Amino acid sequence: MSTLSQIFSEVVVLLSGPDPDLIEIVWLSLRVSLTATFLACLIGLPLGALLGIKNFPGKTLCTILVNTLMGMPPVVLGLIVYLMLSRSGPMGFLQLLYTPTAMIIAQFALVLPIVAALTRQQIEDSWREYGDTMSSLCVPLSGSVKTLLWDSRLSLLTTGMAGFSRAISEVGAVIIVGGNIDHLTRVMTTAIALETSKGDLPLALALGAVLLTIALAVNSLVFSLRARIT
Amino acid sequence: MNIRSFIPIAILAVITTALVTGYVITNSVLADNRTVLVQSTTSTANSGLYDYLLPQFESETDIKVNVVAVGTGQAIRNASNCDADVLLVHAKEAELKFVEGGFGVQRHDLMYNDFVLIGPAKDPAAIAEIEDVTTALNAIADSKSIFASRGDDSGTHKKEQGLWQQSSTDPTQHSGEWYRETGSGMGATLNIAVGMDAYTITDRATWINFKNRGDHKILVEGDDRLFNQYGIVLVNNNKCPHSNTKSGERFVNWMISDTGQSLIASYKLKEQQLFYPNAIQAEQ
Repeated sequence: MSTLSQIFSEVVVLLSGPDPDLIEIVWLSLRVSLTATFLACLIGLPLGALLGIKNFPGKTLCTILVNTLMGMPPVVLGLIVYLMLSRSGPMGFLQLLYTPTAMIIAQFALVLPIVAALTRQQIEDSWREYGDTMSSLCVPLSGSVKTLLWDSRLSLLTTGMAGFSRAISEVGAVIIVGGNIDHLTRVMTTAIALETSKGDLPLALALGAVLLTIALAVNSLVFSLRARIT
Repeated sequence: MNIRSFIPIAILAVITTALVTGYVITNSVLADNRTVLVQSTTSTANSGLYDYLLPQFESETDIKVNVVAVGTGQAIRNASNCDADVLLVHAKEAELKFVEGGFGVQRHDLMYNDFVLIGPAKDPAAIAEIEDVTTALNAIADSKSIFASRGDDSGTHKKEQGLWQQSSTDPTQHSGEWYRETGSGMGATLNIAVGMDAYTITDRATWINFKNRGDHKILVEGDDRLFNQYGIVLVNNNKCPHSNTKSGERFVNWMISDTGQSLIASYKLKEQQLFYPNAIQAEQ
């Protein structure tokens, strides 16, 4: 069994010598997960806000549906995206399977419900507070959405981070649609899965520690940003 | 609405456009003719064979090879969905069926090694002295010692099922008791076997390369029935019009050529040869 000191020395080796392969994997992880989160926020924030403010038939059903999709198993989502992008699937002609783009699509679909559902709750709460005022001032819907989103920006930053955490930590979807191809679609989580399957548990755990370090760095960055926009 | 409120939207639009353009460029590079997509069994990838062979092929031909390493069963299913140019697995019958179904052009023998039966050093079923693999399996069954099966339709799983069929035991009747179907890849199954002191069957290349061995070791080896043949198949573009037959064919031909075959023979890990080429004999 691997001892803690073994794992620790692996982490030191990984972090001290900037191995180009590791940098490539870390960079791809960040690129894929940040892009997926960014796109999911781009659509999920206004969508969640609309769902929080606007009244329409089937609103409760929509809310329940979005909340349910937060629990989507990554493997299942990966399979769905795989079937869509497979060369024999409806979007096979795009030749996107086993590319970073396919991984972004999968993670985008995983993160979108999280962003939308958490935003909806935030905005609904603010709407309860300011809704009457805004209605009486005849603020248009788009204006209300924008004002409330800006007003809740601090909590929404956390919402974005929740989405990013989901993206960067999942392995089930990216391993199916990315294929864990060396120098092309290998990210941190699929590399960890690979080393585990080779029985190299200290290296797998060390990679896990590196992944957490990156998450820590991203969170610190966001936290400093948060201080600026307060 | 004033100008300032447009600024964030404009920034977002610029970032999005930049990202999307970046990916479109990456993807168009990938989709050209100079890449081969290989659906492969895990043992060849995890043993480092591709890291050894592919740079040679890529520098000779300027064709990039992308390997997706999954179990043989899944590799064949993916290739049947046309998500491959070349299939490299180890389940001859399934490969021939793949070709018969029109998905493959032709199957070639590529190389072989062998399977081994591994188990804990204390060997509760006392199979270490047994040479006949089915006798050993019966001994495991009789002593109700834990046996970890892949249970995932992989090449190794098919081999294991075939061996049980030749024995006098039907292990699936004891599934969940001493016969544990992991439904996982070779590596995960080995981790499980080591974790619960179970016996299991694995190919030699994976075992030599496997690091979390605990006190497990090879107990039965050398039986002719443990032979492990790898095959290589070019995906048929009559069935899969998007497949890259030209580059795929060059890769297959290179692998079964003298160059490819002698490179396979020269690949060693821990001073042991992992794969024995036998493509040319099959051609004669």
